[in-house]
Amino acid sequence: MFQLKKVAAAVAVAMAAGGAQAQVSGGVIKIGVMSDMSSLYADIGGPGSVAAARMAVEDFGAAKKGMKVEIVSADHQNKPDVGSSIARQWYDSDGVDAIFDVPTSSVALAVNQVTRDKGKAFIVSGAASSDLTGKACSPNTVHWTYDTWMLANGTGSAIVKTGGDSWYFITADYAFGHALERDTQEVVKKNGGKVLGQVRHPLNTQDFSSFLLQAQGSKAKIIGLANAGGDTINSIKQAAEFGIVRGGQNLAGLLVFISDIHGLGLNTAQGLIFTESFYWDLNDQTRAFAKRFAPQNNGKYPTMVQAGVYAGVLHYLKAVEALKSDDGGKVVAQMKNTPTDDPLFGKGRIRQDGRKLHPAYLVEVKKPAESKGPYDYYKVRTQIPADQAFRPEKDGGCSLVK
Amino acid sequence: MRHQKIAFALMVAFFALAPLVLYPVFLMKVMCFALFACAFNLLIGFGGLLSFGHAMFLGTAGYATAHAAKVWGFPPELAIAFGTLCACVLGVVTGALAIRRQGIYFAMITLALAQMLFFFYLQAPFTGGEDGIQAVPRGRLFGFLDLSNIWNMYVTVAVVFLGGFLLIYRAIYSPFGQVLKAIRENEARAISLGYNTAMYKFLAYVLSGTLAGLAGATKAIVFQLASLTDVHWTMSGEVVLITLLGGMGTVFGPVAGALVIITMENYLAQLGAWVTVVQGAIFVVCVLTFRRGIVGEIANFIKKPL
Amino acid sequence: MTEIFGVPTQALFGQLLIGLINGSFYALLSLGLAVIFGLLNIINFTHGAQYMLGAFCAYLLLNKLGVGYWWALVIAPLIVGALGMVIERLMLKQLYKLDHLYGLLLTFGLALIIQGVFRNEYGSSGQPYPIAQELTGSRNLGFMFLPIYRAWVIVASLVICLATWFVIEKTKLGAYLRAATENPALVQAFGINVPRMITLTYGFGVALAAFAGVMAAPIYQVSPQMGADLIIVVFAVVVIGGMGSIMGSIVTGFGLGVIEGLTKVFYPEASNTVIFIIMVLVLLVRPAGLFGSQK
Repeated sequence: MFQLKKVAAAVAVAMAAGGAQAQVSGGVIKIGVMSDMSSLYADIGGPGSVAAARMAVEDFGAAKKGMKVEIVSADHQNKPDVGSSIARQWYDSDGVDAIFDVPTSSVALAVNQVTRDKGKAFIVSGAASSDLTGKACSPNTVHWTYDTWMLANGTGSAIVKTGGDSWYFITADYAFGHALERDTQEVVKKNGGKVLGQVRHPLNTQDFSSFLLQAQGSKAKIIGLANAGGDTINSIKQAAEFGIVRGGQNLAGLLVFISDIHGLGLNTAQGLIFTESFYWDLNDQTRAFAKRFAPQNNGKYPTMVQAGVYAGVLHYLKAVEALKSDDGGKVVAQMKNTPTDDPLFGKGRIRQDGRKLHPAYLVEVKKPAESKGPYDYYKVRTQIPADQAFRPEKDGGCSLVK
Repeated sequence: MRHQKIAFALMVAFFALAPLVLYPVFLMKVMCFALFACAFNLLIGFGGLLSFGHAMFLGTAGYATAHAAKVWGFPPELAIAFGTLCACVLGVVTGALAIRRQGIYFAMITLALAQMLFFFYLQAPFTGGEDGIQAVPRGRLFGFLDLSNIWNMYVTVAVVFLGGFLLIYRAIYSPFGQVLKAIRENEARAISLGYNTAMYKFLAYVLSGTLAGLAGATKAIVFQLASLTDVHWTMSGEVVLITLLGGMGTVFGPVAGALVIITMENYLAQLGAWVTVVQGAIFVVCVLTFRRGIVGEIANFIKKPL
Repeated sequence: MTEIFGVPTQALFGQLLIGLINGSFYALLSLGLAVIFGLLNIINFTHGAQYMLGAFCAYLLLNKLGVGYWWALVIAPLIVGALGMVIERLMLKQLYKLDHLYGLLLTFGLALIIQGVFRNEYGSSGQPYPIAQELTGSRNLGFMFLPIYRAWVIVASLVICLATWFVIEKTKLGAYLRAATENPALVQAFGINVPRMITLTYGFGVALAAFAGVMAAPIYQVSPQMGADLIIVVFAVVVIGGMGSIMGSIVTGFGLGVIEGLTKVFYPEASNTVIFIIMVLVLLVRPAGLFGSQK
């Protein structure tokens, strides 16, 4: 923070480095992993995302290719003002070229804006709001991993089709919760279901009793949990206390991660159905990744967010290598023009609106007896092909789409 | 007083030259918080009233300004004026309620009022709740000065800060300020001398709140964001910390305190929760052994008021 | 399904129950604060952190030493109360001759330290703490499901609150306490060790907070921030009840919890602010609080 402006130093390095490094700012590709390091989303992204980024840089072979890549990280504490301050400082005075991860949609939207203003690059893995490729889309932003539309369409329509046709929502009261609730309500109505009401709760709520009571009182067949991480875990745990499932209602976790299942335990979580875009036990490549990842993350297996950071960093570095530049807008354009291929998400591509396309998976949590090893939690019910998993490009209202 | 003029000159020189070496956005944050703390100090240091809810002024003005600039398209100077005006109105309304009590009760009432406002802002749609009001435009000051240029923005903030600082200085050393100090020393005596002490305290409270609002309004334009952090009670605690460390009842104390605390927070940010621990430790140490604060100790050393 | 005022009974009684539970915590915490304020004239901002310490004590006792809930109800308050007495002896004692505001600032700083240290260690999310085996499950009362543990919370809080009130108002020890509040010098002249009484009183108030924390652990999850926002509501409760009035804090604590619960049913948007609104109204009409006396 108190460094002298590196202008003179950068020019000298640039002139000395010659050829390949000529247009990489400061001679270093600096990657910033911004996540929730200490609160309710820390297990979903957090230090695991930093580990994933490091693995991606190693696997890319930056050192052998003569590219200098540095990784910095920060905790945005789920606050947009903290996140945008960090982003601003990173871009202005710390020489960061691209920001990765950022769970918590309100922070992601703020970072999205700062990145656009400064002409850098932002590859979102953690945040969910589909607005990032909709009305807030930007030529400097790529939305990897998943979004609220994918969740709504995957989980929502599956549940409605099996008879869950009246819904009540318990929603986290910020950008993500609102987007997820909105997208799911659309799906429910499109499939002939009814929405009986919703209640909003503050982010990081410990006590869901009064919200669950209201859901119970609505007599909806399905209580949709439009929240994530610690909030979802608490909602599900406390629902048991109030006899919600005993009373004949079912909970629908609209955004659930493997770390949540780990926190809940299979006894409580069995039977939950939801949508993810990555599972460590899908194929040999994902299994190999998980085996390497876990020791670097305190034994915890990768969530789809952390997998998204890995894949995003890989694709970003490939684009920088091809362009020989880390100019944000140009690199993102290059990322869109290059088809993606990584061991975790397979082959895919990035659309004009910044949306990364890959298949999604409808999974069901195993019963305790069915689980044969650590983190053996899911049965994959169906695979949703990439072109159906995400919102059609023309429906998003993104100004970049012609 | 000469030494105060020297101190003032040093302060101006610092803020004029520092941006060449330090990150300007960081310095603008220091200036906003310094103004916030100076306004707060007017109330506690010279009026003897500890307001534990001052964040409500910072935040209200921030939201008002952000909304005016983004949704109504106000140019920055009008948006800031509007935000400050809202803080003033809030000061009048809450002051009428809070001034009835003093000491600890006053502190608790201001805390509770601020918390009430926090929950209101949490739910009100126009504030955007957890998302805050984002992408606030910087605009063109007076129609021609483009504030997205960092140097224009910096000079604007510096002018606002120094203007607010001088206003507070004038208030402190005016007859009004003298009566205020008298009330702080011995209210019963001031009453017996015929002063309407309630009115003086009320005016001090409104002035303090208004200038705190000015700081919040300016901050919203600089950071292009208004969020719940600015109305949370931890922000109220922070301004108390800054003033306590800098020196309550001194003119320059809050500025020094802001510089130290904001620097510390920036520097220690990667250590996460340790920042809170350090803040708490500073509180404890200051209350037990360092009550005069940084500038207070310096003033005590040179035997002249600062 | 039966309805009262257009609200299904299940929702109404459910929220009333939650209101009573919240009220139990408000009562326990404001009681502790009132006791401390009555004798020491200090607003103990650390109260929320001490509540959190009680919960963490229970958590650590269970996870590190295998000591269960029932023991924790006794041990945790003792440990945290003892810590409180250390704080009083080392730090608060020096502030009695100063402006009372310094006590507020010191305890605020201590709260930040305690909460920060725990947040560093445990992050901001909650740690799970299981409900004691004997208290799990719920009873179907027909108009609602009554979780047994939550019913226990209400009963236990009521018992402790009334016991405290009894000791302070009706016993000799309590009489010494009340006398020392009014005129410490005179009471000291009678041979009563007033400073020690003060220390013990502070310890007792803190122990009450820790007790509330242990009871809260299974319901609210053990998290470093659990006391932070709660304490401000409790301040409002104390202001409404009247600082220093024991019965006042108990009655207002439970009463406001119920009012908050009812507001959640009929007008949920105001549920967070209703207590503060009542505080403003009380201040306008009876500045000393509902049960307080003009000091």
